[in-house]
Amino acid sequence: MTATFTDRSPRLISFVRRIPVWIIVGILLVVVVYPLFWLLTGSLKTQEEFLNNPTWALPEDWTNFSNYVEAWTTGNLGVYIRNSVLAVVPALFFTIVFGVAAGFALEVMVWKGRGPVLLAFLAGIMIPGQMILLPLFTIYFRAGLTGSLWPLIITYTAIGLPLTVFMMATYFRSVPREIFEAATLDGANIFRMFWTIGFPLVRNAIFTVALVQFFFIWNDLLIALTFTTRDDLRTIQVGLLNFTGQFGQIQYGPTFAAIAVNVIGTLAIYLFLNQRVMKGLTAGSVKG
Amino acid sequence: MNRVLGDPRAILILLGPALLVYTLVMLVPIFWSLGYTVFEGNPITGFEFVGIDNFVELFNDPKIADALVFTLKYAVVLTVAQVGFGYLLALIYVFWLRKASSLIRTLAFFPVVLPTVAVALLFQELFKIAPVNGLVNDLLNLVGIPSVDWFASPDTAFLVLILMDLWRSMGFYAVLLYAGLVDIPDDLFESARLDGASGWRLVRHIVIPLSLPVLLSSIIFSVNGTLKVFDSVLALTGGGPGNTTTPLTLYMYQTSFTYGEYGYGSSIALLLTIICLLVTIFIFRSSRRDLTKG
Repeated sequence: MTATFTDRSPRLISFVRRIPVWIIVGILLVVVVYPLFWLLTGSLKTQEEFLNNPTWALPEDWTNFSNYVEAWTTGNLGVYIRNSVLAVVPALFFTIVFGVAAGFALEVMVWKGRGPVLLAFLAGIMIPGQMILLPLFTIYFRAGLTGSLWPLIITYTAIGLPLTVFMMATYFRSVPREIFEAATLDGANIFRMFWTIGFPLVRNAIFTVALVQFFFIWNDLLIALTFTTRDDLRTIQVGLLNFTGQFGQIQYGPTFAAIAVNVIGTLAIYLFLNQRVMKGLTAGSVKG
Repeated sequence: MNRVLGDPRAILILLGPALLVYTLVMLVPIFWSLGYTVFEGNPITGFEFVGIDNFVELFNDPKIADALVFTLKYAVVLTVAQVGFGYLLALIYVFWLRKASSLIRTLAFFPVVLPTVAVALLFQELFKIAPVNGLVNDLLNLVGIPSVDWFASPDTAFLVLILMDLWRSMGFYAVLLYAGLVDIPDDLFESARLDGASGWRLVRHIVIPLSLPVLLSSIIFSVNGTLKVFDSVLALTGGGPGNTTTPLTLYMYQTSFTYGEYGYGSSIALLLTIICLLVTIFIFRSSRRDLTKG
């Protein structure tokens, strides 16, 4: 009965009813995407275009990459990116290796006290970085490590551990225990079990956690700002923060180009791995 | 079986490195930092024992009150905004876009992965007034509104800060809440619709109560993150104008590294940690009680 009533023109009605939703979606897309488009086109404009044309004008020459050259050479961007890579890669490696092993020991293996230890790791997620900054500065200063990238590598490794351990423990928990128990009955050695059974089962999860940690470490400002005492040790984030200072407020082009370079890296990763990044970052949202 | 899975040597080898690094670089410094709170000075000039002076100063320092008020204001406003807008988006994903929402979800999520410093500099350019207008002021001029010097007054600077962080995090909370909403079984909506519920009533009586757990955890994540805000403030406003947008984190940083007062800096850090702890426990408890009430 109701069917005959609504059958008159359901397509038209549902189309009309959907118009406000499409308007909202349209606004959303403009708000999210346009600033980035504005940034990328801005990085191709000359100083004259910035001063004389309206801000929404498109660049007159789409192949004008001189701003990028300027940012890369005069702005030291190349050095900053190298420092970021040199700090992020080892830190990511250590935090993943240590974190996965610890997650296995805390979730798969059976021993007294693993609950409290897991809880101790968890507490680390909540502690603000400011709480450990000053003692670490003293330690690195006394150990003569200031003036190298080691303070960054060590601190990033430690700060990444709580979330890595927490996430890996969750993933190991979802693996049926019977698999590990059967392996012990077959006489498998615990380390072989870790490498040949545990590791392959959570390989995907490890990749996801590594992605999440990469974004956290690459985008960090607090640690990098505290422990990079010299200009040639700055990471991309610290370098960019001081970038406008170097060029003065007036030089638009190189500033836009430098921001664009910083954005393009993470954007490229997101372009290819977006579903995994979304899954990982929401799973790691406990970090706030 | 337990002989293999409980092998102490293996546990030590697998857990040891992580536990060692975590203890030395996080746990020990936490207690070390507690020790600093009763001293004055820094590692270069040396330390002097001052008892509870730092805590007395903590209560009498007007800048602490300012920073505390700003931190809480920022946390509350941004949490309401980002969880609210995120929830709205999630509702649009689930009920209107349905299967077609994947692309929109992915697009709206991407600002989260961008470096905060880059986003902050981008927003500085967007809201710029001198030497030439940024995009926002140009658009305002277009509709006849004079340019606004956004970073010159505390209120507008705060507004830009909130807008920027909302831009960054809205899509993230939308995906987080979407995951909770799609878990609600479809037949619940069907039976509610048959009972005559629709639109706002459906949302209020069916959707919100059923998605309350994920809504509450979103709020916890948001509060926990916003209380520790540092990057976005430092890169966007630098805490200014004056100290009107300076949160506790930034004030602690300035105290410690600009003025070299490690003892007082540690006291501020302790205050911040206690606030984070209290808020987390408080929200956790109230959410648990609500859940058992059903």
